[in-house]
Amino acid sequence: MSFLDQDERLIELADKFELVYSPIADVKEFPEGADVTLIEGAVANEEQLDLLKLVRKRSRMLVAFGDCAVTGNVTALRNALNDGAESVLRKAYVENATEQLQIPREVPKLLSRAQPLHEILKVDFYVPGCPPHADLINYVLTELISGRVPSLEGKFRYG
Amino acid sequence: MADGSAIGMSVEIAINPVTRIEGHAKITIHLSEDGDVKEARFHVTDFRGFEKFCEGRPFYEMPSLTSRICGICPVSHLLTSAKACDSLLSVSIPETAILLRRLMHMGQIIQSHALSFFHLSSPDILLGMDSDPSKRNIIGLMEKYPEIARQGIRLRKYGQSIIERLSGKRIHSSDWIIPGGVSTPLSRGERDRMLAYLPEALEITLNAISMFKSVLNGLRQEVENFGNFPTYFMGLVTPEGHLEHYDGKIRVVTHEGRIIADQIDPTRYFEYIGEAVETWSYMKFPYYKPLGYPYGVYRVGPLARLNIISRCGTPMADRELEFFKSMGEDGVVHDTFLYHYARLIEMLYCLEHAKHLLEDPEILKNNIQARAALNKREGVGACEAPRGTLYHHYKVDEEGRITWVNLVIATVQNNLAFNRAVTQAARKYVDRKKLSEGMLNRVEAMVRALDPCLSCATHAWGEMPLRIQLSDSEGKLLDEVARG
Repeated sequence: MSFLDQDERLIELADKFELVYSPIADVKEFPEGADVTLIEGAVANEEQLDLLKLVRKRSRMLVAFGDCAVTGNVTALRNALNDGAESVLRKAYVENATEQLQIPREVPKLLSRAQPLHEILKVDFYVPGCPPHADLINYVLTELISGRVPSLEGKFRYG
Repeated sequence: MADGSAIGMSVEIAINPVTRIEGHAKITIHLSEDGDVKEARFHVTDFRGFEKFCEGRPFYEMPSLTSRICGICPVSHLLTSAKACDSLLSVSIPETAILLRRLMHMGQIIQSHALSFFHLSSPDILLGMDSDPSKRNIIGLMEKYPEIARQGIRLRKYGQSIIERLSGKRIHSSDWIIPGGVSTPLSRGERDRMLAYLPEALEITLNAISMFKSVLNGLRQEVENFGNFPTYFMGLVTPEGHLEHYDGKIRVVTHEGRIIADQIDPTRYFEYIGEAVETWSYMKFPYYKPLGYPYGVYRVGPLARLNIISRCGTPMADRELEFFKSMGEDGVVHDTFLYHYARLIEMLYCLEHAKHLLEDPEILKNNIQARAALNKREGVGACEAPRGTLYHHYKVDEEGRITWVNLVIATVQNNLAFNRAVTQAARKYVDRKKLSEGMLNRVEAMVRALDPCLSCATHAWGEMPLRIQLSDSEGKLLDEVARG
C-alpha cells in the first residue's frame, strides 16, 4: 500500500519499468529474468517458502521490503510460543469458533517459525519500515532503475 | 496439482492464486461427471495468529499491534481496538476526539474504496474482462485511460492525506488513535488544507459515479451473473437507521428487506454471529446464529450497509441511494457486482460527512483524551470498516495484560457469500472442455467485487497471483491455465 502512496509519482515511474508480476497485476506465474523483485512479509508457510526460492532463482536483485521481510516483525511474534504454530491455530479454529471446530489442514502448512528473508536465502538489499515511507520507496526504486545502489543512511526508520 | 478435496466422482478445477485482491487465495471449482459445476470454493491459504500471540501483551499496545493486521484498513483496527480499550477504561471520550476519530475513519474509507474501485477493479470495468491480462492492471490503465488512472490516484491520495495530516503518517499511524481519545489535536492550517482539496475529491467521485453508470448497461450480463442471490445483510446503523461507520448498533435485514434484529448493542455480537471452520481454508465461516450453519448466510460491507439503511444522512449520497435502491426489489440489492456502486456512493457520503466534520468548530479544540486507569476486565469495540463490521473483543487480568482476544473480521463475514458467488460465476462461465482466460478472470472479478481483504481475514499477509487446474477425481491433471 505504501508503494501506491507514491501517488502521481507512480505515473512517472511506470514509464521507466515494466511490471512483470505483482499482487496488483494478473500475471500468474513468476517470470524468468526479473531485474528487481521486492518481497514484502515474513516467510510463514510452505507455499511462501517455495515461491521465495523460485523468485530468488529468477531475479537478479532481491529486495527485502518492509520490516516483516527484514526482521520478521509482528509476524514473528508467534515464534516465542515455540510450539510449531499449533497454539495459534488451536486458538483461532478450535477455541474461537462455534461449529466444526478443527484446524484447517488442506491448506499450505505453517512453518514452525515465521522468518525474515535473509534467514532463508541471500538478500541483496533491505528497505525497512512498517511500512517503508513512500518517499523512501520512490528514492530506492529510482536509484535501482538507474543502476545505482541507493544509500539509506539517515533516510529510513524501523516501525 | 490436485487439491485432494475432490467431491465423490467429481472433477476439480483450481484457480491459484487469485490476483488484484488484497491477500492470498485460490479458487477450486468442482465439476460433476457430466461437466456441470457442483460447487466452487474460495480458499484462503495464509494465517498469522494474532488472537494467540497478543495474549500477555499490555492492553494499551493492542491498537498498535492489531493495526498491523492490515495495510489497507489499519485505521479500522486502530479505531476498533481503541474502542475496546475505551471500554476497558470505562471512559466516554471527549467530543473533539470523537470528531477527529470519525474524520480519520472517513479518510480511510475513501482511500480503501478508491483503491478497490480504481486500482484493483477498474481494469476489468474499463479495459474489459477479456482484455490482455498482462495489461489488465493499474499500470495498463495509465496507458489507456491516463486521466481516470490519475483521478483514482488523486482520490486515494486525498483519503490518505487526511490520515497523514492528522497523525503524521499514512499507514500504521498507530500512536495517534489511543485508548481514551487521540494524541494530538488538529491545527487550523491542516483543517483548511483538508477543506481546500475536498471539492476536487468530490468531483472525481461524481465523475466515477457517472462513468460507472454509463458502463453498467454494457455489463448487464456480468451484473446478472455476479453473485446475484438472496442473503441476509448485517451492519451498524444510527438510532434513526441511517448510515454509520464509527459507532452505531447492529441491524439485520432479510433478503426481502425485513428488519429482524435492530439496535442490538455490538457487545452482544456473539449472540448473533457464530463462526464455523472448514478444513480447506484458513478463513472461518461466520453465520447468522439464529439460522445456524451453513444456512445463516449474510453479507456485510458497502452493499449491505446501503441495504439496511433508510438514509445516508448527506444530500448528494442520499440522492444516489435512492437510485441504488431502485435497482433492487423492495429496496434490497442482491447483485454482488453492485458492491462497486455502493462503494462509490459511500465515498460520496464520506466526503460530505468529512466536510461536515471539518466545518464543526469543535474539531479544533484541545480536549482530546480522557484519562483513566483500567476499570473493567472485558471490553468490546466495533465499527464499520470499509469491508463491513469489525469487532475486537478483549479480556485482561488485573495488571491489564491481555488474557483472551477474539477478532471478528469484516471480510470473513462474507465468506459464505464468497463461496456462493464464486459458484454462481463458475456455473455461468466455466466450460469443462475449455478453460478460457476470460472465464478465469470473470470468476476472479466476482471476488474483486466483494473486495476481500485477506490480510485482515486470516490476520495473515502475503500475496500471490492465479492459476486454474482441471483434474479428475483421482487427481490426475487434465488441463491447466496459467497467465504470463
